Amino acid sequence: MIHHPLELCLVFSSLLFCIGLAGALSRSNSILVLLGIELMLNAANLNFVAFWRYGPSPAPATGIVFVAFSVAVAAAEAAVGLALVISIYRRQRSIRLQEAVRLKG
Amino acid sequence: MKLPVHLLWLIPALPLLAAALGALVPRRARGVASSAALVTIIASFLLSCMALSSALGSTGVHQVSNFEWFQLGGGSVRLGWLLDPLTALMCVMVTFVSTLIFVFSLGYMKEDENFKQFFCFLSLFAAAMLGIIISNSLLLVFISWELVGLASYLLIGFWFTRPSAAAAAKKAFITTRIGDLGFFVGMLWLNNASGSLLFFDGGRGVLESAALGTLSSQVTFGGLAVSTAIGLLIFCGAIGKSGQFPLHVWLPDAMEGPTPVSALIHAATMVAAGVFLIARVYPLMSADQALAHVPLHALTAVAFIGAITALLGACIAVAQNDIKRVLAFSTVSQLGYMMIALGVGSWVAAIFHLLTHAFFKALLFLGAGSVIHAAHHEQDMRKLGGLGPKMRVTFLTFAIGMMALAGVPFLFSGFWSKEAILHAAYEWDVSSIPLVIALAAVVLTAFYMTRLVAEVFLGKARSKEADHAHENSAVMTVPLVLLAACSVILGFLGTPVWPWLQSTLTGLPMEKHSLLEGASLIVLSVLLVCSGLGAGWALYARRLRQSAAAEDPLESTWPRAFAFAGARFKFDELYAATVGRLNLSFAALSDWMDSNVWGGLINLLARFGETAGHFNKETDDEVLNTGFNAASEEIRSVGKLYSRAQTGETHGYLRIVALGFVVLAILAMMGGAR
Amino acid sequence: MSFPVLSLLIFMPWVGAFVLLVSPGLGPRAARLLALTFSLSTLLLAGVALCGFDPSAAGYQFPESHDWITSLSVRFRLGLDGLSLILVLLTGVVAPLSLLASWSQANNPRLLCILFLLLQGAALGVFLALDFVPWFLFWELSLVPAYFLIRLWGGAGATRSAYQFVIYTIGGSAFMLLGFAGISLAVGTFDFGELTALAANGTLAVKLTALGGIWPTAIFLGVLLGLAVKVPLFPFHTWLPAAYAEAPTGVSMFLTGVMSKMGVYGFLRILWPLFPSALHTFAPALLWLAVGGVIFGAFAAMRQTDLKRMVAYSSVNHLSYCLLALFAICAISRPGPDAAAAALTGAILQMFNHGISAAALFFCVGVLEVRSGGLRGIGDFGGVRTVAPLFAGLCGISMFSSLGLPGLNGFVGEFLVFRGVFGLVPWAAAISTLGLFATAFFLLTFWQRVFHGPRIGAGKGPFADLSAIEVATLLPLVGLMFLFGLFPQLLTVLINPLVNTWVSHLAMP
Repeated sequence: MIHHPLELCLVFSSLLFCIGLAGALSRSNSILVLLGIELMLNAANLNFVAFWRYGPSPAPATGIVFVAFSVAVAAAEAAVGLALVISIYRRQRSIRLQEAVRLKG
Repeated sequence: MKLPVHLLWLIPALPLLAAALGALVPRRARGVASSAALVTIIASFLLSCMALSSALGSTGVHQVSNFEWFQLGGGSVRLGWLLDPLTALMCVMVTFVSTLIFVFSLGYMKEDENFKQFFCFLSLFAAAMLGIIISNSLLLVFISWELVGLASYLLIGFWFTRPSAAAAAKKAFITTRIGDLGFFVGMLWLNNASGSLLFFDGGRGVLESAALGTLSSQVTFGGLAVSTAIGLLIFCGAIGKSGQFPLHVWLPDAMEGPTPVSALIHAATMVAAGVFLIARVYPLMSADQALAHVPLHALTAVAFIGAITALLGACIAVAQNDIKRVLAFSTVSQLGYMMIALGVGSWVAAIFHLLTHAFFKALLFLGAGSVIHAAHHEQDMRKLGGLGPKMRVTFLTFAIGMMALAGVPFLFSGFWSKEAILHAAYEWDVSSIPLVIALAAVVLTAFYMTRLVAEVFLGKARSKEADHAHENSAVMTVPLVLLAACSVILGFLGTPVWPWLQSTLTGLPMEKHSLLEGASLIVLSVLLVCSGLGAGWALYARRLRQSAAAEDPLESTWPRAFAFAGARFKFDELYAATVGRLNLSFAALSDWMDSNVWGGLINLLARFGETAGHFNKETDDEVLNTGFNAASEEIRSVGKLYSRAQTGETHGYLRIVALGFVVLAILAMMGGAR
Repeated sequence: MSFPVLSLLIFMPWVGAFVLLVSPGLGPRAARLLALTFSLSTLLLAGVALCGFDPSAAGYQFPESHDWITSLSVRFRLGLDGLSLILVLLTGVVAPLSLLASWSQANNPRLLCILFLLLQGAALGVFLALDFVPWFLFWELSLVPAYFLIRLWGGAGATRSAYQFVIYTIGGSAFMLLGFAGISLAVGTFDFGELTALAANGTLAVKLTALGGIWPTAIFLGVLLGLAVKVPLFPFHTWLPAAYAEAPTGVSMFLTGVMSKMGVYGFLRILWPLFPSALHTFAPALLWLAVGGVIFGAFAAMRQTDLKRMVAYSSVNHLSYCLLALFAICAISRPGPDAAAAALTGAILQMFNHGISAAALFFCVGVLEVRSGGLRGIGDFGGVRTVAPLFAGLCGISMFSSLGLPGLNGFVGEFLVFRGVFGLVPWAAAISTLGLFATAFFLLTFWQRVFHGPRIGAGKGPFADLSAIEVATLLPLVGLMFLFGLFPQLLTVLINPLVNTWVSHLAMP
């Protein structure tokens, strides 16, 4: 049924994305939500690489460069996110997302 | 020893120096101030004698010394000194009488705490008067004239803690200033019409023929010659200073000053200034005499004003009870005589009477001062009486003064000078009214002076003060004796038999007349004097007043007329009701206009601006801002609505993101199907 | 360029104000001394200028000229002639004495001194600037410190009067500014010298007429209004009594001594040379106003019970004499040289003399106010001469100077004004003598009620005679009254060439 490695990759990344989405939506621990988001991000990265490798014109290293940027951005984001989490924790001794509603309009 | 004319300024400068010194030294330096005043006035007297000798050396010549006061544009304002017999005689008289009054004041003011100031002001007074006398410029006359006014103000108000003295001082200054305004305008006019204010300036002066010709040939409003108009305006100044009707009201009030001041004002300095001024500008005053067609000659007005004043003063004097006020009104009356003399064309007679009057009036005032000092400042003659035996020197000298003033024949100076005036009035061909009035005043003068002497010196003392009176010290009596001597001697300088004074003043050769030439007039006036004396004697000396409260014989006969004269013919009330009220209401009007009309206009303008501003504000609020406010409100409410979406629930956001993703994916798939 | 004495004259007081501003830690005494020193610099520099002044020349001396706003051809030009010199000397005398009169003012003396020095510099700028723009700037700048001085240290009604004073004056100046905008539009220059030359040869009038319509008249009236309010010309004077009465003593002295002269100076320096023909047209009407000021000012003073308001009204009366002289000259088509010279000299002397005597009188009222704890009604005192003879004497001299007693300075100016005006418009002079009478009347009433009679009211309590500082304030003024009353030559020699030039211009057809 699966007759092309690209499809295999896409199915995998879709699964990964769904897992990440489910995690991000269902967990109340903000670190776990962050984890879910990282998973979704990496699913996207996987897509980049897959499309580059099996695409119609695999120009040298295009996909890799995209992924490298994406990973770097994700790392920065995680750093900021974790810093926020720490500061929220310091403030209210909990990192439950449901309790972090002080900025609501 | 002769005094050159360019040093003439020393005569007023010395007393002025004493005044300055007196102003600067501390209050306790009584001796310094008084001796400075005395020494300088005596020095001025000596200088005046030197000036007299130099003036007598060249009668008929006006020695002048002009100098530049300050530059003005292309030209300059010039002042000058003038030396002629008139100046010299006046200087001698003023300095001599002043010296005696100063000496008298040493005794009279001994106990006053402002002794030093008194001598400072006296010196200033004498200096200012001397300034009038020696100046060769109407401007300098005016300057000194005003300084005389200042000094009189300070001296009349010398006892300034008394409200009446303060009011009298102000009244004197203000009343004379009304006259001075006329003088001022006349001076401006003269300056404008002739281009100079110097009296004698080598042909260009205002009293010289060139200027006089111009002035009398021009005609101004009412058909008057310019010289007449200027003369009348200058005469206004004399009316004020010499206490002529209608500005005589200040003179009796001036009695509020210490008695030596009254003597100085009434004899030597202030009131003499007006007469002297008219005599000085006599060529100007008489410049219109040659014109036949003019409606009024300046001198005619002078004669009639003088006549009115002479009679008025004499009538009021009859009904006064205060010694000093009787003397004050007699001064008013005598000044009227002098004005009559000026008006009828004999300025020499006026000056003759001025000189003799100065001596006997100073004598009378100092005598009155001596009485007042002895009687502990009791001035009401109803409460005096019987002082003759107690104060012999004062009584005798006062009697001499009284007889000189009354014009007792032959021996006393007042007779000769009065005779000269009557004679001149007799020869005046314009009207005989001044002569008739002068003769009537002769009777009255003799009458009220007899009354005064009888009330004060005869009979018995009618109060404790009078009872305790005794003769004053020599410092006060010696001046009286000297003045009494002069009151007798001086008359012989100008008798018709030997008219030395007349010829000296005019510079013309002596015209001797026998007494018989005017005998009818002399006899008439002698008869009148005797009737006045007799009436006074009959009413007051034969039936002596018994008590202070007893009624005056005249009062019981004509009570209303006596009261009316006693109230000085109600001139003060009349002026208060007319001029005073007019003045005050005009002031009130000015003030009212200021706060209501002019201020009101401005406030109206401000109100207009305020209204415009208000209108502007309303337009802004109601029209322009409404739309803007509505739009802002709209935007605000939308924002509020949107902020509801910001729940703060991170999961909610994530769900929406996921939902969005799904929608996007569906859309992409539908797109992919195409 | 040589020593810039005129710039120094103007800016020295401002330097003083700056020094005071940046040294907040200064004690009150030190601040006052510093301010007094800087204020005295004017007198010193005026002395320097006087030494270098050539009294025989009529033109501007010590000229300074710097480009300022080239695009509008505005230059910072300064110059000094006899008229300016006399007014600078007056400022040099009155300003330090006014400061001395405020010596006991305990409420924030440093700020007071700063504002005072600012005011002094601005006034000097007005007397020295020769270009409209800097002149106008100085003119307006003088208002700001004056406003605060009245507002902050004044009496009970100070807020209102200060407000009225500033609004009124600025209102007038706005019209003047518009007028000069019009002139600049027509001829393209702001320089007084050039404008005068243009006016003298008729170009200015022609160019203004080219603006068409009512503009030439409107421009003239605008400038007239600005100056008339400042002087003040009757009936634009209603701000003056309130402002002078509510201002603190020292400020009243300066306002009346110096600032009121700015208006008359403007008339002589600007309006008269620039609009000779327009002024000639309006002069008969203006003459009535000046006569009105002389008479109504004096009679209104008679009714005042507040002594400061009385002196303020006498200022209206005295300043109207200056304008009377000027308008009389303008009203006549070919005035006689003697009368014109007398009137002009008289007007200038009157400015100086009024500055001296009115300042002294205001100070005397201030002394009464200090002694009585703020009372200054004519009925609040009595018999003061008994307890304070020195004060009474000096105040009396000031008063007699103000009412024009010969021998004191007031007489010379008034006599010359009257002499000139009588030669030009006799009726105006004759009517105006009523003002002399009324002045004597109310001043003597003042003297009689306050100094004479028994001791009553505030005169009854402990009433100290003048202190050393008060004597130091009053004595120089009194000394000057005698000096210039006896030797007016000292002043006339400075202005004679100028007056001669003016008169010779008048004689030209």
